[in-house]
Amino acid sequence: MMEKSRRSFLKVAGIAAIGLGASPALNFAASDSHGLAALKGKKEEALKAHRWGMAINTGEISPEINTQIIEACHSAHNIPDFNHEPDEEKYPDTRPVNHKQEIKWIWEEKYNYAFPDKEDEFLAEKFHHLPFLVTCNHCKNAPCVQACPTQATFKRKDGIVIMDYHRCIGCRFCMAACPYGSRSFNFRDPRPFIAETDSAFPTRSKGVVEKCNLCAERLAKGEAPHCVEASEGTIIFGDLEDPDSDIRILLRENFAIRRNEALGTEPSVYYIV
Amino acid sequence: MLEIAIKGSKKYWLWIGFLLLVIGVGAIVYIDQFMNGLMITGMSRDVSWGFYIANFTFLVGVAAGGVMVVIPYYLHDYEKFHRITILGEFLAVASLIMCVLFIVVDLGQPTRVLNVLLYPSPKSMLFYDMNVLSGYLLLNIVIGWKILEAERNQVEPPWWTKPLIYLSIPFAIGIHTVTAYLYCGLPGRGYWLTAILAPRFLASAFAAGPAFLIILCYIIKKFTKFDPGWEAMQTLSKIVCYAIIANLFFFLCEVFVVFYSGIPSHIAHLKYLLFGYHGYSALVPWMWTGLIMMFIGAILLVIPKLRNNYTLLPFACILIFIGAWIDKGLGMISGGFVPSPLHHVTEYAPTGKEIMITLAVYGVGFLTLTILYKLATTVKEEVRG
Repeated sequence: MMEKSRRSFLKVAGIAAIGLGASPALNFAASDSHGLAALKGKKEEALKAHRWGMAINTGEISPEINTQIIEACHSAHNIPDFNHEPDEEKYPDTRPVNHKQEIKWIWEEKYNYAFPDKEDEFLAEKFHHLPFLVTCNHCKNAPCVQACPTQATFKRKDGIVIMDYHRCIGCRFCMAACPYGSRSFNFRDPRPFIAETDSAFPTRSKGVVEKCNLCAERLAKGEAPHCVEASEGTIIFGDLEDPDSDIRILLRENFAIRRNEALGTEPSVYYIV
Repeated sequence: MLEIAIKGSKKYWLWIGFLLLVIGVGAIVYIDQFMNGLMITGMSRDVSWGFYIANFTFLVGVAAGGVMVVIPYYLHDYEKFHRITILGEFLAVASLIMCVLFIVVDLGQPTRVLNVLLYPSPKSMLFYDMNVLSGYLLLNIVIGWKILEAERNQVEPPWWTKPLIYLSIPFAIGIHTVTAYLYCGLPGRGYWLTAILAPRFLASAFAAGPAFLIILCYIIKKFTKFDPGWEAMQTLSKIVCYAIIANLFFFLCEVFVVFYSGIPSHIAHLKYLLFGYHGYSALVPWMWTGLIMMFIGAILLVIPKLRNNYTLLPFACILIFIGAWIDKGLGMISGGFVPSPLHHVTEYAPTGKEIMITLAVYGVGFLTLTILYKLATTVKEEVRG
């Protein structure tokens, strides 16, 4: 009961925030270029789906676009950069960082790390060098959701695997459960390492896990996720359950792979190769 | 009954003082961790569980091992265990207190720990683990206390302790089974993804727990007037012997399946632990030391002449106890995380601060154990005198 009321409150708060946010005209302008109008609910301007998914066109995406995407996602979500020098005045005596404890939501991996189960001695030359973007797969059968002892990680009706940072106890069971290494733990207060805090998204405290939320905060406003927007058309997103959606049409016509499909997690992120 | 604990010799107080010092130092370091986060540990994005969870896992085993004296005594009326049953139960209490503390110090947000009860999640194995652990802890406190009290007053223990004792048996098996399920149900971790994990955990528990109990019997005999009884210790040593052999056998089964099937995501972990992987081999010397210790321990115990040697037995037990700790504590957790699911190799070693907090938790455990054993041995001396 309590959980429901808490989440419906968040929903209401989210809708209220839209009123205060960017002008709808701007949103439409941004979203129309991605053909999003069709995805919108009738009454609300939020984007809706039965199961959100993404398809990354690995043939067209480039290291430059990847950098753009990572930068857009990480700066909008206040993800700390351990290479950033903390402000001495604001955060005196900040201890040195351990780069192994970094936070990342979306990043580049080489083929053999992104797809270790598809190892091939005679892999096509170009795949050795292609940088693959990896992030949370928003699995249909998410092991992290199953593992979480407090339901701080949960699955929304639209397929997004999302977190309540205020409920997370920091046990890191989800990190052990995730077969894609998509989760990061705040081993320390991230704030000294955020160059510029974006007030539209909360910063996290130390001691909680975090990961990609498929820009749920943007979908609620009728906008495409940051990665999609910054991808120059190389990432397509849409409703996997809708046979007429852009992503389904794309998947029908192209061969796509997913990361470690053999585990039965049913990732929602596809790689068109 | 607790008043017994505040009457002791100089040695007793020196020991208590030493433990308090260790706890105090660790507590100060923990304040640092509480304020600044788990950054003070050697854990990382890739190895997200470390020394705390490793010791937790090992101690769940020691706690479960207590059932190896409960079953013979209560289910088979094995009278020789009459005197040491309480020692097994109190060892379980002290171990479980350490387990709970290890979980708490491992949490990123320890003040939110009750969220586990506030939002019960029946699909999460951690939810069940919390339930069986606290259940088994409670059972052992109540049973141990009531039986010792009855012994002191020279009356029969209350009738309701009997069903609780029977209940504690499946709970003991349960705590270690569920603890294994924490690991072996995760799809992307080849080292843990094996049905033999829970049996293996139980086998190493039934070796390490009773082995430690034998060592404790020697200590008790040296420092108190209470004699746990040589025959009871010999029976215990047989239990340790067959449990450690079972543990080694299960490990061999695992090694066979992994290497013969040749599935890369399973092989990688064992390769890392036993031979090193892509040039990383921090745990290789440890793993071999642990395996050799367990193997020598098993040989010493399986040969009757050596097993029945009063001077040799404690050394065999120490070998097995430390060997099991390396196998389960150091290897089991790190081994599952290296390499990562993306096959990156990030090695792990605990930091000094992490070790100090760990030692403090052990300090609390030994303090509990000392006090409980002082009660038990004093009461038993009183009754006999």
